[in-house]
Amino acid sequence: MSSWLKNSPFFAYLALALVFIYLPVAVLVIFSFQDGVLPVPPFNGPSLQWYEKMFENERLVDSLFNSVAVAMLSSAVATLLGFLAAYGMAQRMPRFAGGIRFVLMAPLTVSYLIIGIGLLISLNILGFSKSLLAVGLGHVVINLPLCFAIIHSQFGDHIKNIDSAARDLGASDFQTMVRVIAPIMKPALFVAFCLSATLSWDEFIIAFLLSRFEVTLPVIIFEMLRAGLTPEVNAAGTVVFAISFGAVSLAAAAIMIGTRTKK
Amino acid sequence: MLAVSFWQRVYGRLLATWDLANYSKFFGRDYLLESLFNSIEVTLLTTVISVLLAYPLAYALAYKVPARYQRICLLLTVMPFWTAYVVRSYSWLLVISENGVINVFLRSLGLVEQPLEMAYSRGATVLGFVHFFTMLITLTIYANLVQIKPSYQKAAADLGASPLQVFLRITLPLSIPGVAVGAFIAFVITIGDYITPQILGGGTEVLVPQAIMLQIARAANFPMASVMSVTLMVVVIAVYLISSKHMKVDRL
Repeated sequence: MSSWLKNSPFFAYLALALVFIYLPVAVLVIFSFQDGVLPVPPFNGPSLQWYEKMFENERLVDSLFNSVAVAMLSSAVATLLGFLAAYGMAQRMPRFAGGIRFVLMAPLTVSYLIIGIGLLISLNILGFSKSLLAVGLGHVVINLPLCFAIIHSQFGDHIKNIDSAARDLGASDFQTMVRVIAPIMKPALFVAFCLSATLSWDEFIIAFLLSRFEVTLPVIIFEMLRAGLTPEVNAAGTVVFAISFGAVSLAAAAIMIGTRTKK
Repeated sequence: MLAVSFWQRVYGRLLATWDLANYSKFFGRDYLLESLFNSIEVTLLTTVISVLLAYPLAYALAYKVPARYQRICLLLTVMPFWTAYVVRSYSWLLVISENGVINVFLRSLGLVEQPLEMAYSRGATVLGFVHFFTMLITLTIYANLVQIKPSYQKAAADLGASPLQVFLRITLPLSIPGVAVGAFIAFVITIGDYITPQILGGGTEVLVPQAIMLQIARAANFPMASVMSVTLMVVVIAVYLISSKHMKVDRL
């Protein structure tokens, strides 16, 4: 009892911090069910009218699908490239590993805005027009370092042993990679994919700079904001949150299952 | 590798042709230079406040919450991290705007007559950032704290150190890497972010990312935008060099 009393300031702080952290999310979700035109108190409702309106908004629904497509494809490519880089580095080039790792990880410290502008200029020079494809490419660029870092951290000596065992048993390079190493790496690959998918899904500035007519969901939401506060944005925001939360939970579950099987 | 080749080649080519003229223009014009100072001020403010808020939170999570509940508490603390960037800033707008939740709450209590003007200001921008980075820095500090061997703290206590002394001389110094990593990430993201100041700041003052976007959207002045981007990168690299000796990423 006394320890509870002694620690009560900490728990009070914890509670306060949680209120601070959750306040905007709660307000967002609650007022997406608002029955009225303004997402501010007093709360009337609940009503689903803004969700209905949102799904009637063609541009918004299109952008939702665009976002999903861009997130899936760019994460798949980034995960694949990250895997190849990590595997190649672990097996073939231990001597240059430090340098390669630095080059691959350096973009993590550059803000997305700068990467976006760099891409915009280089695509201009290459004569590549702004499009969803360009956005996808941009997302591969920002997610590759992350995927590489996650997958690379899972390569250790035991993988090397398994790799040489597979070769000794007569597997070709390609067979070793696809049928032995990739299945072992599945949890890491899955986590890398989920994380980069959520990042791509949320990403605004690159999508904004590199897209023209077809845009992704965050860009649409940003455009809607210019028109002022409306519960429709709340509804869209809630949907976005729900989807990324789902992906993150999947990744977290994969990590837990992964650590459990290891034990 | 693709990533790096992109930005390096791009800047190499542009800077080779335009070179110093743009730089002198950037540093010659007050309003552009001012955006740099604004950015640095906002970023420092954000980083410091976030660390101050996050440290006790991480401490409480790591030492005061029973081990059984730690994971779930941590998860609860960082969950709103996954609300989309644009949406998060917008949500704060709902909370602090003139008719927002806080103002309505305060008025219903009779504490204020006139609604407080909180939205569209530097304070609002910092608030939006602090909210995000409190979660993130809590995570890095927590990861650091749970790796400190309890035997150190116990030994210090056995040798007669008061709880405050244990904290100041053992726990705090050992947790500096976690603080440094979190603060560095916060710094990098804050100084390069466009959305939060654009939505919450509402054009009361211009930060570098906004200035960059203006150069691109209004004037299509790519070289100028590049100059500002490079300036931002230089600031980030400088901060990295200063803080890198405190960061031990491997330990996280």
